[in-house]
Amino acid sequence: MSTNGARLEDADRETLEALYELAHKIYDDLEDGDVPELNLPVRSKSNIEFDEEHGVWKYGDSQSTRSAKKTDGAKMLLRTTYMIDFIREMLETDKSSTLREMYYISEGWDLAKFSDQSESDKLAEDLEVITEYLREDFQLRPEEDGARILGDVTVEEETRTGDTRVINCQDDVGDAGYSVPYSVEEDKLRFVDIDADFILAIETGGMFDRLVENGFDESHNALLLHLKGQPARSTRRLLKRLNEEYGLPTFVFTDADPWSYRIYASVAYGAIKTAHISEYLATPAAQYLGVTPSDIVNYDLPTDDLSEQDERALNSELSDPRFDDDQWRGEIEFQLELGKKSEQQALAKYGLDFVTDTYLPEKLSEMGVI
Amino acid sequence: MSIANELADKQRDIAVSEFFERNKHILGFDNTTRALITSVKEGVDNALDACEEGNVLPDIRVEIHEGDDDEYTLVIEDNGPGVVKRQVPKVFGRLLYGSQFHRIRQSRGQQGIGISAVVMYGQLTSGQPATICTRVGPDHPAYELDLRLDTKENEPEVVDEEIVDWDKDSGTRLEITMEARYVRGAQSVYEYLRTTSIVNPHAELTLVEPDGTTTKFPRSSEQLPPETVEIKPHPLGIELGQLQEMAKNTEARKITSFLQNDFCRVGLQTARKICDKAGIGEDRKPSYLKTDDCKALMSAFEEVRIVSPPTDCLSPIGETLIRRGLRTEFEDADLVATETRSAEVYGGHPFQIEAAIVHNSDKLPDDEQVEILRHANRVPLLYQRGGCVSTKAIEDIDWRRYDLDQRGGQGIPHGSCAILVHVASTNVPFTSESKDAVADIPEIRKEIELAVRECAREMRSQIRKGKKMKRLRQKEDIIRKIVPAMAEKSAQILDKDVPDYEKAIARIMNAVMVTPTIEYEQGVGHDITIEVRNYTSHGKRMQVMAELPAEGDVEDPEPDAGYRGNMIVWDEDKIDTGEAREFSYRVRGLAEADIQNVDIFLDGIDATLIAGAEAWEGSEIEETAPEPQEIDDGDEVTQEVQV
Ligand SMILES: Nc1ncnc2c1ncn2[C@@H]1O[C@H](COP(=O)(O)OP(=O)(O)OP(=O)(O)O)[C@@H](O)[C@H]1O
Ligand SMILES: [Mg+2]
Repeated sequence: MSTNGARLEDADRETLEALYELAHKIYDDLEDGDVPELNLPVRSKSNIEFDEEHGVWKYGDSQSTRSAKKTDGAKMLLRTTYMIDFIREMLETDKSSTLREMYYISEGWDLAKFSDQSESDKLAEDLEVITEYLREDFQLRPEEDGARILGDVTVEEETRTGDTRVINCQDDVGDAGYSVPYSVEEDKLRFVDIDADFILAIETGGMFDRLVENGFDESHNALLLHLKGQPARSTRRLLKRLNEEYGLPTFVFTDADPWSYRIYASVAYGAIKTAHISEYLATPAAQYLGVTPSDIVNYDLPTDDLSEQDERALNSELSDPRFDDDQWRGEIEFQLELGKKSEQQALAKYGLDFVTDTYLPEKLSEMGVI
Repeated sequence: MSIANELADKQRDIAVSEFFERNKHILGFDNTTRALITSVKEGVDNALDACEEGNVLPDIRVEIHEGDDDEYTLVIEDNGPGVVKRQVPKVFGRLLYGSQFHRIRQSRGQQGIGISAVVMYGQLTSGQPATICTRVGPDHPAYELDLRLDTKENEPEVVDEEIVDWDKDSGTRLEITMEARYVRGAQSVYEYLRTTSIVNPHAELTLVEPDGTTTKFPRSSEQLPPETVEIKPHPLGIELGQLQEMAKNTEARKITSFLQNDFCRVGLQTARKICDKAGIGEDRKPSYLKTDDCKALMSAFEEVRIVSPPTDCLSPIGETLIRRGLRTEFEDADLVATETRSAEVYGGHPFQIEAAIVHNSDKLPDDEQVEILRHANRVPLLYQRGGCVSTKAIEDIDWRRYDLDQRGGQGIPHGSCAILVHVASTNVPFTSESKDAVADIPEIRKEIELAVRECAREMRSQIRKGKKMKRLRQKEDIIRKIVPAMAEKSAQILDKDVPDYEKAIARIMNAVMVTPTIEYEQGVGHDITIEVRNYTSHGKRMQVMAELPAEGDVEDPEPDAGYRGNMIVWDEDKIDTGEAREFSYRVRGLAEADIQNVDIFLDGIDATLIAGAEAWEGSEIEETAPEPQEIDDGDEVTQEVQV
């Protein structure tokens, strides 16, 4: 009936075993007349610790209990059993689905259905955290997120039909650059040739397009990567591979506001939501280039006032262990004093070429790259 | 005739009609809307007083007919003892003539102004005489008199008189035409009768409005209020004028016997002390007392310790009847909390406070001020809400403590409630003759506050208990679906049998849930069943107790029960995890509205585990031996023998 051993590959069987352990725990609790419950690490900034070995931030030892004692907890446990059953079915039939598809499928789960996709995404992450497998192992994948890369890199990509295709991310693509696929592992994506001095990861599409139009990739031999806001796992994974496997110095270029600092933190230190796989996603060597609060003053940039939410976010960063170093503290406290924030594109105050002719060269030489 | 005498005559001429004109507002006739309400009130109050005095359940019909030019004809008919013909002119046609004035007891009428003021108002505004029909018993004829007031002399004048055929054995009917305006709303005839019906559950009131709409406010109790007892005045409760009047009219010949006979709580010792303090010879003749002597007596009353007046002369409505009245008026109320305080005394007058709170989250808006139903001697007070001691006492309470909205912790609270206050006294201290508001007497205010607070506490605890139970019920509902689904799904994944999840559900709920149901059947009574479900992880031994109503007969407890004080008590050996037991009994002899909820207590169970009942807090109530179980007759025994 349920486990169709013959058709399962070993790796998949191991994944399933790990998931079954959870079903077992719930089953046994019920049979013993106990309140069903599962333990999982606390997934908040209060429970992240620095992992010396990998140089990234990971979940610490604090555990929380998800118990059927509360109605919400009971619902989550029921959903867990449904999701495990769904993953089992996919593994057995060798199908995969996107997170969005799973959310829609859960509509048919009766009491176990989710009220929005963030809930089902989060439960999929919970399963990763507990089982120490990745959602790819569960045959779950994110939607295409369309992060882009542009620069002198040649990649070999496996196509849907199983063939390979070789693409130069400067010559063979339009101004939009090369779209990063959702899996950037060796089996799907290989780097054939790289001719770049460093990577510049850029928060906004507007700024990415500006650098492309100004030919910054060629003039400074740079690899431009559009982060597209809070970067997807594959984008972060790509950055890490380029940085660690090919030794490319990595710089992050964002707006000067608390939300952008969080983008940097998730790139460099690991995101709180995915701290269970930080060593796999985070690039500890990535450096923050700007825009910094000091830049706002040094370059006399146009500003907006910090909103109440901005201030709250900055203050919360002051208690975030990832930002606990002198430089970040100094900058954040300075910004709170200033009461201002600026966008990357505020640099256009001094003309469209200012960013490529003056700002970036100055910052990069400050950081010793050029 | 001297000029002075001529003037004196004129002065009197002016006095009666102008007295009325000048005091219209004090008497409650200041505008046409109010005049009609006041007229109804005076007539209905008298009818109720008369019926109670005559020992009949009041049946009162009020009709209002619209005539021309803002004129309305008011008809009030009762089934009371009637008025002897000879008295009719004085009673209805002379101000300050009444049977209540010199009597010290709890009654609606106090002043002897009420009904003759209505007759005068009608005559002054419509020019028409009042018609009074009255009959004192089946052996007497019914008389119908047309009555006019001589406003010069304060003398009534019978313009027409005849014997009529009347289908009532006894009663009184008056018909008065007056300038008026008929409205509905917070201050209206309708509202007056509605609230009268709440505090007079023994009365049946019928209203016929000008458009023909007939509303019946039904009787919810067949019991007349206990008769109010007349007491002699207490020295601390009289005024100088009254003392002088009494001294002049007394039959006693010595001042000490005057004090002893005509006052309450004055014995020989006390009378002597009073004379001594006042510096008046004990043997002086009371009728010779001068004003200064009376003043000296008044201050001596203050100095000598005199026992408070008796309080058993009062007749409160009682919690059962208040509840009944409110339940009838506020259908489907969530709860009615009541409190009748014991009687107290202010300045020589006994008084007693009752309060109640009705909560109805479906029908009463929760974002508006609560309705305050004020009453004095069973009469609703509709005007001058702000100037009344009841309102002041309510405003002073911090209602946020009782889970009601109150801006700044002061003022009238907002919520789905109505608050009722009843002041009963042999002398209700009104702020004016129109009897709209009770004066702010510290003793009265304090008692009102205590009574209202007690109701508020009860309301809060009931509502909280209800909410806790509701939350648990919702939880039970959902857990009863989720856990089986979880058991099934995990069994399916693991290819195993579905586990027994009942214990797990009990552990999750972790409560002993108590659910009473009350069923009422006419002629049978209330059948009360208490379900106790053990939703905890261990079997539980406990005592289940239910508070019995003060009245009514308890029968057929199932299983056998014992009694402790006002409680019925069951000893339960063990209810296993997930199991439930039922305990039931029947109460006979009460009206349906009398039992709306049952207070249940569990002994032997941790308070935090109990839902739908309270933990028994140890007993101040003495253990009494269980009442012997009634054995019907020999039947059971013979049966046993046969078997
Ligand atoms: N419907 C009635 N049936 C029998 N007796 C009545 C009726 N109405 C009035 N009376 C008698 O007439 C008297 C005078 O009534 P009136 O309303 O004028 O004064 P009151 O009720 O004594 O005091 P108040 O001025 O406070 O109303 C009453 O005391 C009562 O004895
Ligand atoms: Mg009266």
